[in-house]
Amino acid sequence: MPTISRDEVAHLARLARLAVTEEELDLFANQLEVILTSVARVGEVAAADIPPTSHAVGLTDVFRADVTRPGLTQQQALSGAYATEDGRFRVPRILDES
Amino acid sequence: MTRLTRWSAAELAARIHAQDITAVEVIRAHLDRIAAVDPALHAFLHLDAPAALAAAAAVDDGLRRGDPPASPLAGVPLALKDVFTTVDMPTTCGSRILQGWRPPYDATVTRRLRAAGVVIVGKTNMDEFAMGSSTENSAYGPTRNPWALDRVPGGSGGGSAAAVAAFEVPLAIGTDTGGSIRQPSAVTGTVGVKPTYGGVSRYGLVAFSSSLDQGGPVARTVLDAALLHEVIGGYDPLDSTSIDAPVPPVVEAARAGATGDLTGLRVGVVSQFRGDGYQPGVLRAFEVAVSRLRELGAEIVEVSCPSFDHALPAYYLIAPSECSSNLARFDGMRYGLRVGDDGSRSAEEVMSLTREAGFGPEVKRRIMLGTYALSAGYYDAYYGQAQKVRTLIIRDFATAFDQVDVLVSPTTPTTAFRIGERVDDPLAMYLSDLCTIPANLAGNAALSVPAGLSDDDGLPVGLQVMAPALADDRAYRVAAAYEAARDGADGGPLAQRVPDLEVAVR
Amino acid sequence: MTAALMDYDEVLERFEPVLGLEVHVELSTATKMFCGCANLFGTPPNTQVCPTCLGLPGALPVLNGVAVESAMRIGLALNCAIAPWCRFARKNYFYPDMPKNFQTSQYDEPIAVNGSLAVQLADGSMFTVEIERAHMEEDTGKSLHVGGADGRIHGASHSLLDYNRAGVPLIEVVTKPIEGAGARAPEIARAYVTALRDLLRALNVSDVRMDQGSMRCDANVSLMPRGSSTFGTRTETKNVNSLRSVERAVRYEMRRQGAVLASGGQIVQETRHFDEATASTSAGRRKETSEDYRYFPEPDLVPIAPSDDWVQRLRATLPELPWQRRARAKTEWGLSDLELRDLVNAGALDLIAATVDAGAPAAEARSWWVSYLSQQANSRGVELADLPITPAQVARVIALVDEGALTNNLARQVVDGVLAKEGEPDEVVAAHGLAVVSDDAALTAAVEQALAAAPDIADKIRGGKLAAAGAIVGAVMKATGGQANAQRVRELVLALVSA
Repeated sequence: MPTISRDEVAHLARLARLAVTEEELDLFANQLEVILTSVARVGEVAAADIPPTSHAVGLTDVFRADVTRPGLTQQQALSGAYATEDGRFRVPRILDES
Repeated sequence: MTRLTRWSAAELAARIHAQDITAVEVIRAHLDRIAAVDPALHAFLHLDAPAALAAAAAVDDGLRRGDPPASPLAGVPLALKDVFTTVDMPTTCGSRILQGWRPPYDATVTRRLRAAGVVIVGKTNMDEFAMGSSTENSAYGPTRNPWALDRVPGGSGGGSAAAVAAFEVPLAIGTDTGGSIRQPSAVTGTVGVKPTYGGVSRYGLVAFSSSLDQGGPVARTVLDAALLHEVIGGYDPLDSTSIDAPVPPVVEAARAGATGDLTGLRVGVVSQFRGDGYQPGVLRAFEVAVSRLRELGAEIVEVSCPSFDHALPAYYLIAPSECSSNLARFDGMRYGLRVGDDGSRSAEEVMSLTREAGFGPEVKRRIMLGTYALSAGYYDAYYGQAQKVRTLIIRDFATAFDQVDVLVSPTTPTTAFRIGERVDDPLAMYLSDLCTIPANLAGNAALSVPAGLSDDDGLPVGLQVMAPALADDRAYRVAAAYEAARDGADGGPLAQRVPDLEVAVR
Repeated sequence: MTAALMDYDEVLERFEPVLGLEVHVELSTATKMFCGCANLFGTPPNTQVCPTCLGLPGALPVLNGVAVESAMRIGLALNCAIAPWCRFARKNYFYPDMPKNFQTSQYDEPIAVNGSLAVQLADGSMFTVEIERAHMEEDTGKSLHVGGADGRIHGASHSLLDYNRAGVPLIEVVTKPIEGAGARAPEIARAYVTALRDLLRALNVSDVRMDQGSMRCDANVSLMPRGSSTFGTRTETKNVNSLRSVERAVRYEMRRQGAVLASGGQIVQETRHFDEATASTSAGRRKETSEDYRYFPEPDLVPIAPSDDWVQRLRATLPELPWQRRARAKTEWGLSDLELRDLVNAGALDLIAATVDAGAPAAEARSWWVSYLSQQANSRGVELADLPITPAQVARVIALVDEGALTNNLARQVVDGVLAKEGEPDEVVAAHGLAVVSDDAALTAAVEQALAAAPDIADKIRGGKLAAAGAIVGAVMKATGGQANAQRVRELVLALVSA
């Protein structure tokens, strides 16, 4: 029976970049625990030798030719942006070196 | 005189192409209908009357010039679920985070509809990012069921289903990830189809769960759905998961099915889809539908698919996992909502504030669930296991389709529930998807066709028909045969029996 | 503030250095990895983008077939096994230069595994670097940090993003831990990256310009106390922008880590930044928790299952690989091991081979690259391969000399002209009128003039002192600015004198 603590929810929220409120932490902890208990049933399927499926469609080797295709203009690319500068997307200061 | 809005798409198209009526007249009639009833229904998030009328006029001009119609549906109005990108209308996915966003490109489905001369009148309401079974998770308010305005129209594609059921449009496009086309159709008395995965391009379909999402038709008749399926379906080189094969001959199958003979067809009733949690009226309606199939000559057998009992939990691991990754791009940096950028905060902080403000609770729940299921130490137990269950479900379908030609079940365990009834109980909400989810996990074709009204509350019930992958036509044939027989017995299509909304609104 | 550094020899006395090198290579395909946007360097920002590489909602990736082939060829050239089945995976983390906030990469199913690269060191000895894997992924966009010191992140007020580079195909080559390098670790690191660069150039899959970022190296360094068999904690140093920096970064880290460990401290597992100016590394920002990338198979792409047939066809397209070339150079050009070593060290082997392929005799090709062109490279402070002259052009100059149209002296002037970007050898010759004058009429006139000016020499020649003709030849050469065909002049002198 999985138990998910408030701290774990806070950690998940951080990983997922969600600034959840204190109330949400409690609410989500409860709800996630209930959901997790239900979905943990997938573990019951005694299936060590069963291969996982990531794709129902059995395609392989789908490629395209190395040929250019018209894309977006700079204006189209920037059209939804909150802020731009010199043809670039302007974003707040980044803390971490990636 | 029968109002134009009561006709099927096939009938409308025939008369437009024969130039008995103009496409402009047809569009006007539907726009009037929308204006009259959508304030109560709220199926639409965006309407573009001028563009629709212009597109209709273009169809009329072409016909007058003697050009052949661009497709069998040219001139017919359609509503597009607000999850497909359109350059001339916003695409919000029912979310605050994309409020007002105008994509710089059309989805392939959008392009094909336009090229076919189909007139897109507007974008329909949906559960936020397609997550939900009631359209109550829309950031823009719920849509109401035309059959009872205090009830949900299903979800996530409640807007598309309600618009068709209420005669606002004869055609709509939805998307189905865990049942989001079929379940709304079941509870609104319309036809909703989830094509074989890969049968309809996902380029421009804002992704929720990439290995499960599939766009498909919503209509009031099986033939209309088939005609629309052939317009939007087919290979797209821009979608790597797209099937490079011709669209299955669904229109031909729908026409053939309408003759009503199912002799020799083996129909399997899925034994897992009954019992506790299923509304008695729904089960009774389903039994009646099965007897009708038997009367048409089908051989009915019981089929057991044990892994289907694990389909729901597997789905609620796979879909949130994929969605936690698909929705990461919504961070306010390149498009959409940005919150908290006051010049002092870091990009990280602004991203977190934006996502907190822009996403609703169900979306946040699923993102966190998915993040958990994929995280180091939990992957094998959750996501990894769910992928194994997926294999078992595919195997159960394969075994079943060795014994039978199609599988049937109720589309969803209950009729439309009341607005607000399940919002605080996510698990109860998830149960709507019990019967529809297996076909999403396995990728095969499935549809819901109206099967009358439940005798305990008078609300619509849907019959689900499932066929093997790439055999979409088989499902259409069975549905068409059933539909003809049902209409014959009921003295007319169910859809026409929806309560008169304009009266209700007055 | 500079960190304390342990004396290098002491480091080696106490520790075994263990290296790990990760090299990212930008492929020179026409288009990006997953979309049809052009793969070009240096165009206006956000002009080479589309819904896919911009990560717009609804966009989907489609894999570039040439990029896959390049990946396989790189794997084959590194003696790797090509996976009979592999997939892409999503590497999930948030960073503004990644439009989807995940990178489509390969995780536990790379396309090529378990190879090796034999690297020749300066003294001629060979060291084999084991390759763990080579896999495909996509590059990120570029960020400009505004407001801080020299465009670094520290103190920046905001950043500007250009996604032209987002989605450019990358191949990442990862070595297995490199052990047994000992004191030569920095040298081996440099030699490996050099050899890899030369290999990739030979395959013609990338521009491999470290200065332009089409080849990037991250150096992982750890120290294992002598006598222990447990690896020490490693650091990863990025921003290593040249071959020389690879060597210096490794050396610095070894000395820094040695000092930390000697003083009883512990090595922090972290990413460090190499500073060219001070040849030192500095710590990046410390992260609270290590990154959990939540890898899972990419659902928008289907698996790759290269047939044996395809792999063999690609193997046949591989050019002569460096060790094959070395073997051939020895046998066909008759080089000794020492001569070969010198050539390899000078980075000249491939250039000479290409010049020979373009038609020049081996000895002359070698002579040009090893003497005059090496001097030119040194005086300009660049690598031989970066000189603005191609092997084909050198071969042309050699051909002109061999057919008598140029003297060696004139040939050097022609080469200077090509290096100065004046054009092809023939164009330079024409522009400067550098061709050897072989026209008898002109030469005769010049000879007569010279003889007239030095009658006593004519007598000497007639008297049997044929060597004296040299003075006349010299005078004619001077008069013609060195462009006379010296041999013909001599013939004419002797003929005219005896006439």
